[in-house]
Order: sequence, then C-alpha cells, then structure tokens
Amino acid sequence: MTSRISHRLALLAAGALMVATPALAHRQWMLPSATILSGDDAWVTVDAAVSNDLFYFDHQPMGTTGIRATAPDGSETKIENAATGRYRSTFDVHLLQKGTYRIENSSNGVMGSYKLGGEEKRLPRGTTSENLKDAIPAGATDVRTSEASNRNEIYVTVGAPTTTVFKPSGKGIELVPVTHPNDLVAGEAATFQFLLDGKPAANLGVTVIPGGNRYRGVLGQMDLKTDAQGKVSVTWPSAGMYWVNASVGGGREGGPPGGPGGPGAGAGAAPPAARPMPTGPQPRRANYVTTLEVLAP
Amino acid sequence: MHSRNRLILSSSVALGIAVTPASAETLDLGIAIPRLTVAEYHRPYVAIWLEQPGAAPRALSVWYDHDMKDNEGTKWLADVRQFWRAAGRSMKFPSDGVTGATRAPGDQKISFTAGTGPMPKLAPGEYTILVEAAREVGGREVVRLPFSWPPKPGIVRAAGTTELGAVSLSIKK
Repeated sequence: MTSRISHRLALLAAGALMVATPALAHRQWMLPSATILSGDDAWVTVDAAVSNDLFYFDHQPMGTTGIRATAPDGSETKIENAATGRYRSTFDVHLLQKGTYRIENSSNGVMGSYKLGGEEKRLPRGTTSENLKDAIPAGATDVRTSEASNRNEIYVTVGAPTTTVFKPSGKGIELVPVTHPNDLVAGEAATFQFLLDGKPAANLGVTVIPGGNRYRGVLGQMDLKTDAQGKVSVTWPSAGMYWVNASVGGGREGGPPGGPGGPGAGAGAAPPAARPMPTGPQPRRANYVTTLEVLAP
Repeated sequence: MHSRNRLILSSSVALGIAVTPASAETLDLGIAIPRLTVAEYHRPYVAIWLEQPGAAPRALSVWYDHDMKDNEGTKWLADVRQFWRAAGRSMKFPSDGVTGATRAPGDQKISFTAGTGPMPKLAPGEYTILVEAAREVGGREVVRLPFSWPPKPGIVRAAGTTELGAVSLSIKK
C-alpha cells in the first residue's frame, strides 16, 4: 500500500516537472533483437516500452517519434517499420555500415511556472531552453524553471566495435566507454564513465537490474556509485540483458536518497516528506537509461 | 605467391616473431564433430584460432556456409561468439586461406604448417589453439588445446561434451 502511495507521489512529482517522457515512475526500455551482429546486410529490430518488469511489455508503449539512430560514421539513419501497439512499440534499423550504432530517444525539456496577473501558469509542453524566451510572456514574475535531460539509448555493433557515436554532446547524462558496451561477457568487469553536461559525473548513482525479474523472487538490483572521474565498474553475474539507469535531481532509480526518485521510491519505503516548492532555479534534472547485453563466455 | 610471402614476412616482423629458416613443422588437428540424433540437424559453424598472451589472436580456419548467395552465411558468424570476439569481428569474410565449408559429423582433420597460410611462424613460447563449434538450433562449445613451442613430444588432447567430441593436436617436425 505504501508503495502505491509513494508511487503516486512520484507520479505527481514527475507530472509537475516531466514533459516528453510520460512515466519516469516506471522503467523505460528499448530491447534490441541483437547487439552484436555479423554479415553484410544486418538489421536490428527493437521493442520499446515502459513497464515495471524487465523486459516485459505489459504497461505502456514508448512513443517512436523521438527515436533517432546514428550510424558509426556519425550520420543519422532512419528507423523503419515503426509501429505502436497497446503495450509496446517496435521498429527496425537497417545497419548498412560496419561499427557501432546508437539508437536513442532523448529530450531536453524545460519545465516550470511563472506568475502573470496574480495567476500561476505552467510552461507549456514542448518548452526547451531554445524557445524558453518565447514561452514566458512579458510581465511574468516568479519565474521558476528546471531543465530536464532524458536520454534513453542503446548500442548495437556490426563487426568490430567503434566509438564515434559516444562523442559527448555535453547535454544531460552520457556514457563514455572504457569498456565498450557491446563487448560485455559474464564474469568479467566492465567500466563505464558517466558525464553530466559534458563533465565527469562524480558520485552519480547507477542502478543495474538484470532482465527476467518476472520469474525471480529477488530483483537482483545493483546500486553503484561513480568515482571522482565519473567511472563505475560492474562485474556481470550472468549472461543476459541488463537495464542500466543513472539520474540526478529526482529520477526514479539511482537518484539521491530522500528525493521523490531516490532509492526506495516505489519500492515500499515511506514516502518522502512533502517539501515546499523552492523559488529560483530548480536543481538540474537528468536521466539516463540503456539496455546492455552480456554474453556467455 | 610473391606477395603472400611478403605479407607474412611483414606481419611476422610486426608481431615480433623470430624469422628463422623454415623447418616444415606441421600441426595436425583432429576434430570430432558428434553425430547427433536431433529432429533438425545442421552442420555446425566451426572456428579454429591461435592465441598467445600479448599477441592478437589469429584465425586459422572457419567452417561456415560460405557459398550462400550475397554472402548470407556470414550472418551467423557472430554466433561463434568467442571466436567472433577474439578475431572474427575485425576480419572480412570470405577470408583467403581461412574460409572453409562446413563439415559433416565424424572425425575431421586439418593441418597447418608454421609460416604458411594463416599459421604464422612461431617464436618460442606458450600458445593455445581454440576450437569453437556453434550449431543452428543447437548449442555452442569451445575446446582449448594448449601447447609449447618448440613442441614437446606427444599429442595434446581435449574433448567437448556437447557440440564437439575428441579434439587433438599433434606436431610433426
């Protein structure tokens, strides 16, 4: 019961600040048909959904309009055959180049409010840092804004792994490979560096959950923290698909403790005490999700 | 012929392998592909490669569906996972001297001569030949054959339990 209450609180908090990504309170994921491919005419098909259990599409589909694929040479590649059903979306990417592709669904939204004529107004959906000026009318007071960068991306490799698609954009949380995300083997340690707005994200909470939890009594979640260089090391306990989430400023998992999205939110802990809405700039909010495939040795 | 010799020489130098006068050292591999009574049987993809600590793995032979149209048989090379990670993913297929046809169940033989084709000249040291088999609608298994160079007398033997049977290496001077 408490979990439902805190879940609702998280939803409320998310609703107050979220724009493009509908449900931070559940787990968003993209699941590729393969991450390591060979051959001269490779395709990958991807399921994209929002759900609690990983990776079971039983709650909401992920929208496909914001999904972008980047080829190993850095050019944009179209997604094909996109379709959205009741519980999941699916789409294909034709992998015509050799190397590593990135498939992402990311958004940089600005949320907030202002007062005009004594009445509090919300910034409209779709507000970004670029169009923020136009969104706030002249005469507005008590302007409060918060930028949220949401990044959900997966990587697939044809032939030998490459790193062009990991060139940081400097926005939100990004993964920089120390170990390539398409070179993961059970029993081996992998190291990744996380950046927040282009700088090493020290002390960042990173949550790793193995897929298949519908048939497990325990979630098997690993709660990790990045070091001063933003690096985190994971030793994969077994082969399979893993969901990885890092967030700052109130994501559901991996966020700072005590916040609406910190560890415990939606997991049966007591709901955090309601805090008054602070004035001035809100804390930086950023969320990162990926799905990694770990192979058997 | 000429160009191939040059190629081997230059890569030998790059690997720091001693270029010694060739004495025809032959490495004979025996690979048993088990006969399986399964409803749907396909011959396995088999990869054979050489590893040495501190050196890049070298593909020696890969048996796959190399004669499908549009090179379609390469689609499943990534399923020979350890080989793919060690060497395959940075190669182009077909690969001259490495590509071979899939082989039927039974005792299969293949020989390599140090300094000829895909097998480099071998500097003194410890090596491993790995044999990996992956079968469509079946499983995957890797067997390792460690050996020293110069070779010690005797036959190196190993065996798989599912996708490979007895695997052996004997070295003739």
